Amino acid sequence: MNIFLINLLLAGLWVASTGAFTYGNALLGYAVGFLVLWWLRPLLGRAPYFRKVPLGLWFALLFFCEVIKSNVRVAWNVVFPWSGRRPGIVAVPLDARTDLEIAALANLLTLTPGSLCLDVSEDRRTLYVHSMFVDDPDTVRKAVKDRLERRILLLLR
Amino acid sequence: MAEAADIATALLLGVGGLFCLLGAAGIVVMPDVYNRMQAASKAVTLGASSIALGAAVHFGEPEIVSRCVLVCVFFFVTIPAASHLIARAAHRSGLPLAPETVIDECPRNRDDATS
Repeated sequence: MNIFLINLLLAGLWVASTGAFTYGNALLGYAVGFLVLWWLRPLLGRAPYFRKVPLGLWFALLFFCEVIKSNVRVAWNVVFPWSGRRPGIVAVPLDARTDLEIAALANLLTLTPGSLCLDVSEDRRTLYVHSMFVDDPDTVRKAVKDRLERRILLLLR
Repeated sequence: MAEAADIATALLLGVGGLFCLLGAAGIVVMPDVYNRMQAASKAVTLGASSIALGAAVHFGEPEIVSRCVLVCVFFFVTIPAASHLIARAAHRSGLPLAPETVIDECPRNRDDATS
């Protein structure tokens, strides 16, 4: 996280030296700072920061598309209730271990329409997920693990 | 440029209003608490944030944009927590699932309800 602070500092320097206090300029400064730091990589030692920033942006984009897609699906189901709905509660085994990982997974899962995080088991090994479209419990488990959990763990570990 | 901003504003406001309406309709249409939380919370998250973004695009001044972005962030952080809590409370107090529910793998009547 230290490198992140340096990057923010560089963005601040960029804004101050160009004299334009706008969001676009601050973002540009952050991008320039990131490039400079990336160029200086050999000096900084092993830094997961350079892997995580693009990964995080990519993940945010994917997640945004996912949210739009499933929102449309739920909305479609509201307008045409006969178009098929198979709600159910599925137990998903967790690979996430720490509080932060589980909280992030539960929050993002609840943001994705069609799935709602109900509860975590006492031993923190299982997440109970209410889904609106349970065609097959194993498909839901696989979707949660592949689409969300794997990526969150890549990002947080 | 101004026209493009106007079109973007209109689109964002329209989509936002539509999703809020669908969320409200979902509360009426859905069969049980859990499905209602699904329809109500998420459609409204998207709808309200896109209305806020529409306002941001329309005004375009830094102080308004920053507040609109903050509004979106708070929506995206708080609404899942709230809907999770409501659904969890419903499940723990033994509210029945809709008859069309296919599967329920979550055990009920657990003794850790106080934690």
